[in-house]
Amino acid sequence: MSLLLAQGLRKSFGETRAVNGVDFRVEPEELISLVGSNGAGKTTLVNLLSGLLRPDAGQIAFDGADITALSVGARIRAGIARSFQLVNLFDQLNVLDNVRLAIFSRDGVTRQPLRLAERDTRARNEAMEILGEFGLESKWDTPAAGLAQGERKLLDVAVAYALRPKLILLDEPTSGVGTREKGVIMEAIASVVRERFLAAVIVEHDMDVVFTYSDRIVMMHQGAVLAEGTPDQIRADERVSAVLLGKG
Amino acid sequence: MSESEHSPDAAVTLAPARAVPRIRAVPWFAVALALLALVLPFLEGVPLIGWLASPFQRIQLTYGLVFGIAALAFNLLLGYTGLLSFGHAVFFGSAAYATGLLVKYLHVSSMEGFLLAGCVSSLVLAAGFGAVCVRYTRIFFSILTLALSQVVWALALKFFWITNGTDGLRIPTPTLLLGLVGVPDDKVRFLSFTYYYYVLAVFFICMVALGMIAASPFGKALQAIRDNEIRAQFVGIEVWRYRWSAFVVSGAFTGVAGTLFAPLNGLTTPDILHWTFSGKIVFMTVLGGFKSFSGPILGGVAYNYLETYVIKTTEYWQMLLGIILVALVLVMPQGIIGALGWIIHRRSGRR
Repeated sequence: MSLLLAQGLRKSFGETRAVNGVDFRVEPEELISLVGSNGAGKTTLVNLLSGLLRPDAGQIAFDGADITALSVGARIRAGIARSFQLVNLFDQLNVLDNVRLAIFSRDGVTRQPLRLAERDTRARNEAMEILGEFGLESKWDTPAAGLAQGERKLLDVAVAYALRPKLILLDEPTSGVGTREKGVIMEAIASVVRERFLAAVIVEHDMDVVFTYSDRIVMMHQGAVLAEGTPDQIRADERVSAVLLGKG
Repeated sequence: MSESEHSPDAAVTLAPARAVPRIRAVPWFAVALALLALVLPFLEGVPLIGWLASPFQRIQLTYGLVFGIAALAFNLLLGYTGLLSFGHAVFFGSAAYATGLLVKYLHVSSMEGFLLAGCVSSLVLAAGFGAVCVRYTRIFFSILTLALSQVVWALALKFFWITNGTDGLRIPTPTLLLGLVGVPDDKVRFLSFTYYYYVLAVFFICMVALGMIAASPFGKALQAIRDNEIRAQFVGIEVWRYRWSAFVVSGAFTGVAGTLFAPLNGLTTPDILHWTFSGKIVFMTVLGGFKSFSGPILGGVAYNYLETYVIKTTEYWQMLLGIILVALVLVMPQGIIGALGWIIHRRSGRR
């Protein structure tokens, strides 16, 4: 059974059909890259899956249950977490607190005003462990605003990961960083996804990255799925190269 | 605390050894100030600081501590949750009015009765107003809080057969500790000694309670909402529910301050419900420094001295206070506590 199954998703903004009848599935433990030119509808699709937007039509099932009408919070509890294209962090909180907050929220302790966050050694240790997995442990005391772009991107993913999701949606986790850092970020993501048996959907522009890390690639074009398949199948697909070349 | 003391590598490899929680030590000057406040009434006649211990000055400090509680509570919204309320006078004032009405209609004279009534009234009001206001942020939130508080001010003014209008409600000297401390003959002695210690104790309790709330996972969630509402939502925090809770807690503690103010002032007038009083609470908080927990305390105390002495110097005191506020925002955006931190940092840097 698919982990996530979306059928007939549609979303329009005025006259623009951002997502126009998309069927999309994610299998357990699968790393999918979502590619396509700007305006193809990738981010809108991620927003629909994560609950930031409601679809005009279509259904989304996750883990066998219909989640189409569920709120963001309910989807997170069901096991869907996401990161953002434009990094969204708690800038005045330090790196540790950014991750710890996700842990507190996940465990429902943010509702408790009369316990000290610092006393929760279990949450602290777990947060440090997660920072270790993303190579950010030495920066634990730095305010998130003081991180370099690549580190911010990693922290954004780490915060989503700390929610211990079954599916993680990453919207351009490597945009705006240099080639070398791109590799570091993708290695970190790929290793946690594989080691923790997560499923991941990654929106990505860099085709080298996409071909290296993906189990499956879904190409979107003008709000619809143009092609999907393994990296080899996509490489051989003429429609894909036409779009990619056209874009270049 | 240096970073090396908390080697994060050790945390990863030796997780159990890392299980020592990081609790920031209370700064020495806070301990010194607390001790000074505690022995102050016995320092009359002592060189250098004796003047601070006079009954008049002690009553001034009592006012300052009361404002300190209000500013601390207010800052749970401004500094921690990122919401600028321009209607906090309503929680301060409604609690004082609850006290006044308790005296007028039920002839209660127990301070604990006042505190209960004040706290409940501001809590109920905050719960209602909060439900409306916290759905909005920034200027919309500020305007809504201002408008709602002005409605209550107008009610206090117009329902004069209940509230005595601009004459206000008289608050007699209360009994303390459930009647254990009876009504005294010497009011100045009562306010500058017995009531001083009472307010000091309540202040301390409020400070610890608000400090705990700020340092709890709940407090962290508020800061997360302040920094990034969307992301807070995407770690599973129900943003408006947390904002509402912060609003209610903030309102209730502001109510404690308002209740303590009532017997101190001896009179409750609509002034303390007016938006200009909300502005004063904002002023105190910014003066002290809203980016730190303790800044608002200093702000409350300092503001009270400032107003007391500025009023003495000129009849255009509001203008002078206004100029000071403008200068403050431009020169010391982090407030008194920020400036103190800067001085201490520089001095230790030079050493």
